[in-house]
Amino acid sequence: MSAPAAPLATERPPFWNDPFWRGLASQILLAAIVAFIVIEATINARDNMHARGIPTDLSFWNMPAGFDINQSFVAYSAVWPYGRAFVVGLLNTLFVAIVGVILATIVGFAVGAARLSKSWLLARLATVYVEVIRNVPLLLQLLFWYNAVLKPLPGPRQSVDIFGFAFVNNRGLFVPEPVARAGFDYVLIALGIGIIGSIIFWYVARRRQMRTGEQWPVMRVSVGLILGLPILVYFLLGRPLEFAVPQLRGFNFVGGIRLSPELVALLLSLILYTASFIAEIVRAGIQSVPRGQTEAALALGLRPGPLRRLVVMPQAMRVIIPPLTNQYLNLTKNSSLAVFIGYPDLVQIFAGTVLNQTGAAVQVIFITMAVYLAISLATSAVMNLYARHTAIRER
Amino acid sequence: MALLAGAFLSVPAYAATVDQVKSRGYLICGSNPGLPGFGLPDDKGNWAGFDIDFCRAVAATIFNDPNKVRFVPLTAKDRFTALQSGEIDVLSRNTTWTQSREVAQGFLFPAVTYYDGQGFMVRKKLGVNSATDLDGASICVQQGTTTELNLADYFRTHNKKYEPVVFATADEAIKAYDSGRCDSFTTDGSQLVSERLKLGTPDDHIILPEVISKEPLGPTVRQGDDQWFNLVRWTAFAMLDAEELGVTQKNADEMAKGTNPEVRRLLGAEGNYGSNLGLTQDWALRIVKNVGNYGEVFDRNLGDGSRLKLKRGLNALYNKGGLQYAPPIR
Repeated sequence: MSAPAAPLATERPPFWNDPFWRGLASQILLAAIVAFIVIEATINARDNMHARGIPTDLSFWNMPAGFDINQSFVAYSAVWPYGRAFVVGLLNTLFVAIVGVILATIVGFAVGAARLSKSWLLARLATVYVEVIRNVPLLLQLLFWYNAVLKPLPGPRQSVDIFGFAFVNNRGLFVPEPVARAGFDYVLIALGIGIIGSIIFWYVARRRQMRTGEQWPVMRVSVGLILGLPILVYFLLGRPLEFAVPQLRGFNFVGGIRLSPELVALLLSLILYTASFIAEIVRAGIQSVPRGQTEAALALGLRPGPLRRLVVMPQAMRVIIPPLTNQYLNLTKNSSLAVFIGYPDLVQIFAGTVLNQTGAAVQVIFITMAVYLAISLATSAVMNLYARHTAIRER
Repeated sequence: MALLAGAFLSVPAYAATVDQVKSRGYLICGSNPGLPGFGLPDDKGNWAGFDIDFCRAVAATIFNDPNKVRFVPLTAKDRFTALQSGEIDVLSRNTTWTQSREVAQGFLFPAVTYYDGQGFMVRKKLGVNSATDLDGASICVQQGTTTELNLADYFRTHNKKYEPVVFATADEAIKAYDSGRCDSFTTDGSQLVSERLKLGTPDDHIILPEVISKEPLGPTVRQGDDQWFNLVRWTAFAMLDAEELGVTQKNADEMAKGTNPEVRRLLGAEGNYGSNLGLTQDWALRIVKNVGNYGEVFDRNLGDGSRLKLKRGLNALYNKGGLQYAPPIR
């Protein structure tokens, strides 16, 4: 420390040999080339489109769409603008994605666990399911469900009657629609109280177990609060909820909730296909937990239930989450196969009809791609948060 | 994606289409993927149909050979992007001439080759005799068509409900109708007649009497090339003028030697009306000799000489009670 710095350390190479400046220069050059290509392509595209009289702006957004859509979660008819049709398509896509992800996860975890089951038959059945479903192209499965299973169902007048309550025909699945009467609000309030109550109970029980080691029956109390309380209120108030049973009138059923064959086929194929991959991910995740962990837990006297819940699954989840995220993204993106069976998703409505009616191909395709990108990034952000939550914390 | 690439890569200043076609050696024509009577390849891959013959007429007037044309089958949904991006020279695929397609989307409609109107097909056993009875029905329709919009208009005007079931191709739509997914299938009248013949037992289905729209169908070109627009337009007009003047595939050569000045001008015996189109003097003679006049093409593909047996109706010449009227060549 006493000696002044050696001349070697102060003598810097000329800047063109300095790795810092070299790195910086090459990166600036690369960025400039990329920017040039993007700007040039944009200007060129705009000029070409302009020269050919093709619209280059988004002025179509507020113009009346003029076409109808057979499934919408928001008010829509032909007099609404194209922008609204976009929202309808987006919500239809999100609906399939969310329902698909939830159900594919449930089926996938169940089948993944079944593959490791000690029951020979169950494990073999799960294996056959996984191997058959994941090795047949998704589009074929989609067309199979739509053309071979749902379309050949009888017409509305010969519907398959499920206890006079729900009906299945080639126009879809018709189920009763719950209609709330006065007083139903209290049932919902009771449900809210039940949920909050069981969270508080779970929290108190956990603290207590930490302190004393005694366990409270959290599961049973929660079920009682969440289900029992609203049901009690429902009957006390004289059953303020009715079910509108679908009625055959004219060509189709009216009343009730209708799930179109297109929606059912799309959901079925996406769920079954994605679940077969999730099952493999779950199996691999569980098997990645070293046997010693299970043996140690057994030695501590844990029963099989808590063993899985407290020892195996938390460790397996760390392995499961990243590939599981991929499957969620795949399911969302695969939902655009809807165009092949006429389900009105974002691609069918916006990148299909709207593009065609307005001629604004470049804008529409860019918006559609941006939407899928945003959905995918949002999904992986949520999954990354969860992954961080389950990550190993050094103590 | 093809469109995006096309928009980015195509050269801003473009050569005259007719020169491009000539140097390439063949015409590229966007056609219907499969509509009997209008555009359909046979089992040997030879395309035939009313819209196909129009492209053959354009090829004939340029090359004196109706076979120097390549057909690109396009769905209703994809046809406009294919034309916009320059993938095809001309679109001849029962496309409706509308204001927005011409004014806002960069296309031009040189001529109306078929005056049509939208109708509905239903199963006989439904007992429906009029489109006004279709309240609450499920209706199969092809995406990206004026049909989809007219359907919405019709039910809105009549204050009735319906369920649109929209498919990307006509084939999927008619299959869904056939399987019972829909009560009715709707499209242009001529297409209904044609699609009905594809069904298992055509006699089980009827076409309802209502015609709910105007569908002037014809070839489509890109804006920005007036010469090409004129070439396509006058190909159609020459076929009509030939029919009006009684010039047929068989008698064309003889007629050219005749004395009628109108016929002589049409067939290039007098004046040179082809040069400004980038064509030869016998440009129209080439069309009639290779493909036939409008009436011959109609009869062969859609009329009595075909399975469709469509009446001329609105498509008769103006002097026979129809709307087909071509300006004179002079």
